[in-house]
Amino acid sequence: MQEKNLMDTNAHPDRYSLNKNLAEMLKGGVIMDVTTPEQARIAEEAGAVAVMALERVPADIRKQGGVARMSDPKIIKAIKQAVSIPVMAKCRIGHFVEAQILEAIGVDFIDESEVLTPADEFCHIDKKKFKVPFVCGARDLGEALRRIAEGAAMIRTKGEAGTGNVVEAVRHIRTINAQIRKLQNMPREELISVAKEMGAPYELVLYVAEHGRLPVVNFAAGGVATPADAALLMQLGCDGVFVGSGIFKSENPEKRARAIVKAVAHYDDPEILAEVSEDLGEPMPGLELDRLDSRYAERGW
Amino acid sequence: MMKVGVLAFQGAVREHINMLKMAGVYPIPVKKEEELNDVDALILPGGESTVIGKFLRETGLGKIIVEKAQNGMPIWGTCAGMILLAKKIVNEDYVHLGLMDIWVRRNAYGSQLDSFIVRKVVPAVSEKPLELVFIRAPYAEKASPDVEVLLELDGKIVAARQGNLLATAFHPEVTGDPSFHKYFLDIVCTN
Repeated sequence: MQEKNLMDTNAHPDRYSLNKNLAEMLKGGVIMDVTTPEQARIAEEAGAVAVMALERVPADIRKQGGVARMSDPKIIKAIKQAVSIPVMAKCRIGHFVEAQILEAIGVDFIDESEVLTPADEFCHIDKKKFKVPFVCGARDLGEALRRIAEGAAMIRTKGEAGTGNVVEAVRHIRTINAQIRKLQNMPREELISVAKEMGAPYELVLYVAEHGRLPVVNFAAGGVATPADAALLMQLGCDGVFVGSGIFKSENPEKRARAIVKAVAHYDDPEILAEVSEDLGEPMPGLELDRLDSRYAERGW
Repeated sequence: MMKVGVLAFQGAVREHINMLKMAGVYPIPVKKEEELNDVDALILPGGESTVIGKFLRETGLGKIIVEKAQNGMPIWGTCAGMILLAKKIVNEDYVHLGLMDIWVRRNAYGSQLDSFIVRKVVPAVSEKPLELVFIRAPYAEKASPDVEVLLELDGKIVAARQGNLLATAFHPEVTGDPSFHKYFLDIVCTN
């Protein structure tokens, strides 16, 4: 297997395959941002496949401004206690000590996330040094493959977190899909020059050209607010969905959470989508992207 | 041609479908009653048992699966699927399908950091060692006497068969080796 050989430099044998496969198990599921054990239980009850433990959801980070950092380990541990599903937590881009701390408290997945203020503008974390799996955001194929080369076991669109506006997530998945299709139709000798242009390792470019997909799962994230948003991204080819502020910043989080879970499982069935979209109360307030002070998607490279 | 369903609400559906194709049968993703009625056997994939169990209850598919299993339809649960099959889930007051006489413990090995791979011979399945992938896996603490234990690991049951029902705590679908799928298809054929 191509990607297995590539990961021979991994500090922990078998880890990359185990971590990639944990991500595979999350396919067709919804990962929800939660800030308290109570919210975590609501998310699990509603059918979340995992929770992202946070101090503040992205909409609040955006509103309050300032430097956003890894959450207090105490909050993450309390959330771990509250649920039986996998618990993820975010660290800043490049902040490998925050990642070490999250690994030490035994989280199931780390999101090296642009939603937090980046700690390093030059380097992302060398994720192969860790036992714990990482998920990273990407806007295009080159970015996705650079993160995978660093050891990411899962990719998600960056979208534009905390806006309730799905337009960026759509742009990112469409971009990646279009780039994959292009690679599939290229003669082999052109792939090396594409690898150079994309700034991505040749072996990974080759893998994508041969398989027509990334070597890891690719979830949707950033701006998902409604069941229809979630189903849109699934129909565009995402493997599952992260919902950040979209649930607990809405009028009826429990009902909306259930509806989004159903929408992801039945993403290609408009009748079920119509049924679950009914009477959900107000969604989170949305933001126009040209009014934003800062674009989180532009953080990291 | 034999049709084998893969319960497709959530989890490692694609992997099972690919393995079934490799083993030469026609795989059908199952989310609806019509699809379930169309298959000769069913695989419950890895994923989150709480999520898949919820869909089984809400869609009513769970009840139909129980009836079909009692009428002899072969069912194989991997990881989360093993939890769905169990008659008893340790420390919980609920069960999902409640079909197999095994006492299953969820997340029995701990968090993702405790996930592991071992290579073992499972005599009923293959003479060569197989890669057994445990991801936040369960195990069975005990089983009733009519359950055939296919493999124990450190005294815990990780693969078992009871008539038409098969359960594995690990994920043969992610290994690229179809031995376990062939073993299941033999059960389906002799059914």
